[in-house]
Amino acid sequence: MSLLEVADLRVSFPGRGWRAKRVEVLHGVSLDVSHGETLGLVGESGSGKTTIGRAVLGLVKPSGGEITFGGETITHLSARDRRRLAKDIQVVFQDPYTSLNPSLTVGDILAEPLVVQGATAKDARARVRTLLDQVGLPADAAERLPREFSGGQRQRVAIARALAPEPKLIVCDEPVSALDLSTQERVLDLFIDIQRSTGVAYLFVSHDLSVVRHISHRVAVLYRGDLVETGQAAQVTSAPEHSYSQRLLLAAPVADPILQRERREERRRLAAA
Amino acid sequence: MPVYIIRRLGAGLVLALLVTFITFLLLSTSFEDVARTILGPSATPEVTEALIAERGWDRPVFVQYVDWLVNAAQGNFGVSVYTSLPVGPTVLQRLAVTLSVIIPALILTVILSTILGVWSASRGGAVDRLAQGISLVGYIVPGLLLAIGLVVIFAVQLKWLPATGYTPPGEDPAAWARSITIPVIVLVIGGVANMAAQVRGRMIDELRRDYVRTLRTRGTSTTSIVLRHALRNAASPALTVMSLEFIGMFGGALIIENVFALPGYGSFAFNASLQGDIPVIMGITAFGVLLVTGVNLLTDLANGWLNPKARVH
Amino acid sequence: MEAMTAPSTEHILAIEDAAATSRIPIWKRLLKDPQAVVTAGILVIIFLLGILTPFLTQHGPNDADLSMVNAPVGTPGYLLGADETGRDIWTRLLHSINTAAISAIIGAGVALVVGVIAGLIGGYFGAVTRASTEWIFNLVMTFPGILLLIILMPVTGGDYRFTMLIFGVLLSPGIYRIVRNLVVGVKNELFVDAARVSGLGNLRILRRHVLFVVRGPIIIAAAFMAGSAIAVQSGLAFLGVGSLEIPSFGAMIASGFRNLYIAPTQFLWPSLLLGVITASLVLLGNALRDTLEGSKPTPVKVGIGQKVAPGNDVKARDASALLEVTDLGIAYRGPSGQPREVVRGVSLSVARGEVVGVVGESGSGKTQTAFATLGVLPAEAIITRGSILFDGKELVGLTDARMRPLRGKEIAYIPQEPMSNLDPSYRVGSQLVEGVRSALGVSKKEAKERVLALLERCGINDPHRTFDSYPHQISGGMAQRVLIAGAVASRPRLLIADEPTTALDVTVQAEILDLLRDLQSELDMAMLLVTHNFGVVADICDRIVVMQNGAVVEEGPAIEIFQNPQDEYTRMLLGAILDESAVRADPPAAALAEGVLQ
Repeated sequence: MSLLEVADLRVSFPGRGWRAKRVEVLHGVSLDVSHGETLGLVGESGSGKTTIGRAVLGLVKPSGGEITFGGETITHLSARDRRRLAKDIQVVFQDPYTSLNPSLTVGDILAEPLVVQGATAKDARARVRTLLDQVGLPADAAERLPREFSGGQRQRVAIARALAPEPKLIVCDEPVSALDLSTQERVLDLFIDIQRSTGVAYLFVSHDLSVVRHISHRVAVLYRGDLVETGQAAQVTSAPEHSYSQRLLLAAPVADPILQRERREERRRLAAA
Repeated sequence: MPVYIIRRLGAGLVLALLVTFITFLLLSTSFEDVARTILGPSATPEVTEALIAERGWDRPVFVQYVDWLVNAAQGNFGVSVYTSLPVGPTVLQRLAVTLSVIIPALILTVILSTILGVWSASRGGAVDRLAQGISLVGYIVPGLLLAIGLVVIFAVQLKWLPATGYTPPGEDPAAWARSITIPVIVLVIGGVANMAAQVRGRMIDELRRDYVRTLRTRGTSTTSIVLRHALRNAASPALTVMSLEFIGMFGGALIIENVFALPGYGSFAFNASLQGDIPVIMGITAFGVLLVTGVNLLTDLANGWLNPKARVH
Repeated sequence: MEAMTAPSTEHILAIEDAAATSRIPIWKRLLKDPQAVVTAGILVIIFLLGILTPFLTQHGPNDADLSMVNAPVGTPGYLLGADETGRDIWTRLLHSINTAAISAIIGAGVALVVGVIAGLIGGYFGAVTRASTEWIFNLVMTFPGILLLIILMPVTGGDYRFTMLIFGVLLSPGIYRIVRNLVVGVKNELFVDAARVSGLGNLRILRRHVLFVVRGPIIIAAAFMAGSAIAVQSGLAFLGVGSLEIPSFGAMIASGFRNLYIAPTQFLWPSLLLGVITASLVLLGNALRDTLEGSKPTPVKVGIGQKVAPGNDVKARDASALLEVTDLGIAYRGPSGQPREVVRGVSLSVARGEVVGVVGESGSGKTQTAFATLGVLPAEAIITRGSILFDGKELVGLTDARMRPLRGKEIAYIPQEPMSNLDPSYRVGSQLVEGVRSALGVSKKEAKERVLALLERCGINDPHRTFDSYPHQISGGMAQRVLIAGAVASRPRLLIADEPTTALDVTVQAEILDLLRDLQSELDMAMLLVTHNFGVVADICDRIVVMQNGAVVEEGPAIEIFQNPQDEYTRMLLGAILDESAVRADPPAAALAEGVLQ
């Protein structure tokens, strides 16, 4: 049985202006994530990939469809039930510069979800030490403020915060796209190590095919609110079947002038066809 | 566009209804005091009650308000309890006096603030410090003290300008200009202090935006960048400040009219309020709200013209 | 936009500065600010005098002694003299301080309580709640407050405390707006979403994550509001609104005003004290603002050109290339005032018709180098050394006026973020026409024809429609095409593109790169392309310059660097690229568990 199942999910937002029609951004998307698995969700701006993650987290209300987590329907939970679920579903956001409250110390940020779940201050402190160690940050990081860290280190803090309640699923919303190339790879490897040691599942949202390829077991491609292709990561990211997935793959330039020239010509052939 | 204007005017009418009703409701708690004020200290309770009954002040408040409203809608705002003059024309006449001070003051404030703000934001250095200093002095001296100070210097000591009094512009434009000079200066100093700082801040922000850099790389002249591009984008928020400034000046004028003995809206409101002249107070309130609504509507329309994103369709 | 971009050098410097100052508590920073200390000290002394009134006076505030009418300063028992009815001015002055203090506390207090609560509610909760609070506060805001205070005189019965209560309500929209805007801003911050996902309730989020942001602005506003409450109370008392029994600055000024020619000092004392109190409050507010919100950028003279450190005598290497940058240094001042170099001796060259890629991570100084070449470094930057030769002409030290003949015509620029680089107030077409006219000096009609042709050339299907659109009406990819059209309008010899595709989707990026490549060969332009993406470099560049921490670590032909990088850092960067071979191989945990069970 899957850990997370999303069936025929629809989300619409109020249109701009007075009495404007609602705009549907997801037109019935179905997908599932198993225990310990990474499902990569790839698409361009306006594809609705971030909205799927936010719907799973309960940050946007679906207008149709069903979301099931561990066998329980969580589409429209009350605020209290949603809070209970916080133990199992966590998040890592894109921007490490705004996802951490600038006025709290790293220790306070990490202890917050634990204290909410009823941990004592002493237990929380001990757990914070373990968490910092787990994401490769020094123990004295707990006393410092987020702005004293680099982007990559801040993203490690965000990962530690997500890990704090030992969740079963972490929604990762473009977690490495604000990072430099060299940092990106190290943070992705951290994600993989953590998954291997804790068995947490990831719903990994990204616009970057190479990032998704690196971390995902399976990949789903979204285009303007519809799922156009789902399958094993190697197949979808290297030999996609849907024409949009093919365009996406050929549009990303490769870091090799000779290969890139071939790819460019292939893309032009496909566009001409 | 017409639909939008009608909707805004409708909202303004609702606002006018609400404010006049609340004012009336609050005033109704003091009808007895008012009756005693009218009759003087020697009146017996019986006489007071007779007056209240005669004026109809013992009827339910809502009925009295609707009564007033129906008459007001037909242009009849009643007559003053004391002078028996019709309220509508008197209020308009007083409003004209106040506006003849505020409008020149507002125009001057906008012009001076724009010059000062743009100048200090685009020149920096000593010019900026000087402009900042001028703003600060205007900001920290209370208007009341400024008014009295200017009267003492220009009217009493130097005798250049009349200390008090008012000549309507239709009668003698030169005398009118002289009679409003000091009140206008007082309002302008306070207004410029506030608004120039706003223009300066907005201009500094705009001049640091990406599009300014791109304009520079295209060889656009400095004058065009400052006046055509940055100022236009800074103007829209400054316009909101201007409408608030107008409302602020309207309030400030009330105190200043008293210092200069101008027969304006403020002194009229003040006397009516002291005497408890209910029809006059209601008339003043109604016209005040309508004026403010009109100013806000004009601000919104001008904003739409300046800022294409806010443009109303 | 899709791809979030790494922070710029200036951003990193700002964060470092903030980190350096953040360790010092606010009160300690305030103690270092003489303006805050002096004004706060004056206010404390004045209000302490008010509190000690019973010990400092021998008379009651309304005790009139007819033998003392207009007594001069220094009369025994009447330190500052007596007023027109023989009341002791010193006593009345001290009592007036208390009236002012109470006015300030009631006025500012009510405004703060009402404004903050409503602002938190209106900002944090849904659209309906916000719309209704908004409507109410707009209603309050648009009404001239003093008029209302005067009209309601029969209701308030002349008690200044009641009047100040109403005045507080009238002041509250200002606070409401500040708080609401801040809360709306914070609410959309990701850390609030993260707190919600962590299971925090609304009240807890408001207290822990939202209230701290509004703290600073509230303290600042409180100082200004206290000042205006005192000023308004004085104004009303001057008019005679309210009880005559209450001693206040306004009443004293009115009395002094009547007696101005008989005893001018009677007018002087209350005016002086009122002036000192309101001025101190405003100056304290300004000092608080500088400390709590950080100093705002100070303006600089527009068009003055880039700042150059004195004593720069670097000579160009050779002038055969189109662009020759030699030993360029760029510095910013740190929090302690000494300059820190972010570009440290960069040398690079671009030959005619050549495409050079400048690659590096955030903070490598690649964008700063490009800006220096264009002459558009931020006002805070200083060129510490070096030379920039364009076609043999030295660009370092030129003012905007002297750069103008080159800009647009010879050197053009394509920015990173297409939307923010168009003026939102003008139609796309008129912005381009202005650029073409200032670069080429052609007629308006000719410029328009030229722009329309260019828009079409840059892949815009309906050029007339785009010409007449405002920037917010077109997409990001379209806006970038518009900016490219604007850049190549005058057939420049050098095009400087700063991460021109970073803010775009990959499919749009591919099209834009195609367009740039075609235009480059068509016009035989040289290009300096700044990017962090090695794929983009591989696609379009002839030569590569790799930068790290403000210095060039390696340069050479693109193919050579990709195939045989010499520098350690370049090798590390190339190794970090997630290429097609990096596919996840290990199975998910659930599959493993199933495997064990079977």
